[in-house]
Amino acid sequence: MSAWDTNPVLTIEHLTMRFGGLVAIDDLSFNVGRGDITALIGPNGAGKTTVFNCVTGFYKPTEGRIVMNRSNGEHYLLERMPDFQISAQAKVARTFQNIRLFGGMTLLENLMVAQHNPLMLASGYSLAGIFGLASFRKAERDAVEKARYWLDKTNLIDRADAPAADLPYGDQRRLEIARAMCSGPELLCLDEPAAGLNPKESAELNALLQYIRKEHDTSILLIEHDMSVVMEISDHVVVLDYGEKISDGSAAEVKDDPKVIAAYLGVPDEEVDTVEEEVGL
Amino acid sequence: MSAKSDNLLAVSLKDAAAGGLIALALFSVLIGMKAEVASGLGGQLGIEYRWVAVAIAVAVVFGGRLLLNLFVWKADKPVTETAGSFMPSAKMLAPLGKYAMPLFLILAVALPFLLLSAYGARGSRQYLDLAILVTTYVMLGWGLNIVVGLAGLLDLGYVAFYAVGAYSYALLAQYFGFSFWICLPLAGILAAFWGIILGFPVLRLRGDYLAIVTLAFGEIIRVVLLNWYEFTGGPDGISGIPRPSFFGLEFKRGEGGFADTFGLDYSSIHRIIFLYYLILIMALITNFVTMRLRKLPVGRAWEALREDEIACRSLGINTTNTKLTAFALGAMFGGFAGSFFATRQGFISPESFTFIESAVILAIVVLGGLGSQIGVVIAAIVMIGGFEFFRGLEEYRMLVFGLLMVVIMVWRPRGLISTRNPSITLSGKKAKGISADLVQEGHG
Repeated sequence: MSAWDTNPVLTIEHLTMRFGGLVAIDDLSFNVGRGDITALIGPNGAGKTTVFNCVTGFYKPTEGRIVMNRSNGEHYLLERMPDFQISAQAKVARTFQNIRLFGGMTLLENLMVAQHNPLMLASGYSLAGIFGLASFRKAERDAVEKARYWLDKTNLIDRADAPAADLPYGDQRRLEIARAMCSGPELLCLDEPAAGLNPKESAELNALLQYIRKEHDTSILLIEHDMSVVMEISDHVVVLDYGEKISDGSAAEVKDDPKVIAAYLGVPDEEVDTVEEEVGL
Repeated sequence: MSAKSDNLLAVSLKDAAAGGLIALALFSVLIGMKAEVASGLGGQLGIEYRWVAVAIAVAVVFGGRLLLNLFVWKADKPVTETAGSFMPSAKMLAPLGKYAMPLFLILAVALPFLLLSAYGARGSRQYLDLAILVTTYVMLGWGLNIVVGLAGLLDLGYVAFYAVGAYSYALLAQYFGFSFWICLPLAGILAAFWGIILGFPVLRLRGDYLAIVTLAFGEIIRVVLLNWYEFTGGPDGISGIPRPSFFGLEFKRGEGGFADTFGLDYSSIHRIIFLYYLILIMALITNFVTMRLRKLPVGRAWEALREDEIACRSLGINTTNTKLTAFALGAMFGGFAGSFFATRQGFISPESFTFIESAVILAIVVLGGLGSQIGVVIAAIVMIGGFEFFRGLEEYRMLVFGLLMVVIMVWRPRGLISTRNPSITLSGKKAKGISADLVQEGHG
């Protein structure tokens, strides 16, 4: 029994997702350990992003159960919740493979939007806000402080009032993580956070993710192709191929798994010959 | 570059001169000599020479060809860009945005008195009426700006809420005898209610589909008003809608009226001035609430929705509710404006609420610059004011109007004032506006 099975923050059980005749995910089960960095890897088209979309409510799974265990002891069945409640109540935040920032809004505004729900409450659903009551002003100041903290952590504080669309690519990736963190998540789902980053930015990203995990009681589930990120920071790696789990374990275990090597690099010619003989080709 | 432009000028001049020569040869015969039966000489055929006309024609050809050569045919840049350089640029307009607001406000408050002193009570009435009309459209534009400019939901049926407001007041006054001041909030609430009723099924649609459904809704409301004869009076409309009173004082001749109470001589202009200030205050409240909401979480959520709806959902924002609030709020201000319209006219009929009204309001918002409050004011003055101002041109004014819109859209495709100001900043007032190129227009 591995560490992630004893105290999971997210449990995925028998998850199946079909798009018409196409089975994108087939009977997938794994656990995401509390406080772990869990990597979901696999070749292109393996169904990684589909898993994310199921977890964050953008898809409704065909079968299976996704349970979020919050640290306060509450359990949420994510497959039954509308997407916005998954973020608001179950505290699962995500980033996107193709960055989705609010480009025409400043960095600070992006982070303020992420704190919409607590601020909305504090503004008395806008009534207290219109009259500028002190309680709302204080909540707003706190929200700005939180935003400032995350801008600081992601080295974006100098450009706080610049529009998000003006940022270089790497900065946009970091801003998306900062924005997700501003919603106060317990599980952070990152869809290829290192895609398009140079080695230096990749290293900074590793440091940032480890900082988040250590300081903020946030578990991280990430999809990644960049093996330097995966192998260096992941506690637990789940490998998907054609919608099925082919390997599950620590980074070192997975690296040496012949199934994983076969999925990524293909199999030796002799092996193909044996299989072809078996099926009579 | 300068050698090239010298060259361009020389070539253009040569070409224009050649054109001028050909024109001279042709026109000296065609225009310069006119065969005429001279009446004084007993019916003899004579020739009248018109060298001035020839000179004018040749000059037109020469000048026209020169200009076309310089700016269209041989120009490096497309003509729209060259034309744009003659117009004030965005940088020059930016301080305008800053100072325009207080300037407009002072002007708007002082307007009735300026007009009265300039034209007298009788002469200023038509200008005040025009000012009331423009302000009504400013208010409608501001209301629609919440839906289209901030939340990015394309609403082609905004006039429906205007109609709901107007008919709410007229019917409540007719059936229950409610006064304007009771009906005003009721009309707003009813319009907001209809906004929500429409919003629930419709807001899951996006983009063009949303536009079509809102368009249909606008027509449905009008057709219902037209055909429900027993209730709304159908095409006959509703007449005798009570006028608003000044805190219980009516604008009437004799004892107990407004003029009598304040010791003034009765004049019908009092009521017009009152109506003007009424709509001005209502419009300013609309503006105040909108500007305030923009800086609140709900306003930021609207703008975030315009930028990226999926990202909004991933951040825990209930997009349906957020869209509904924008829709309901926009509808509410439309309803207020509608009940003002009813009380000003004293008579309403479905004819006042046709699709063209929605289109004009939307055009004001788009021309002014999506999301820009001061842009809406300028666009409303230009469009509504200009439209009335050119009434003398009769059918040609539609032409002028169309041309004006084309020119504005070529010159400033994102509207007159298109810079977006951040709703909150770390660096305080130093923060710069955001260029319109980066701001999304919304997808529904």
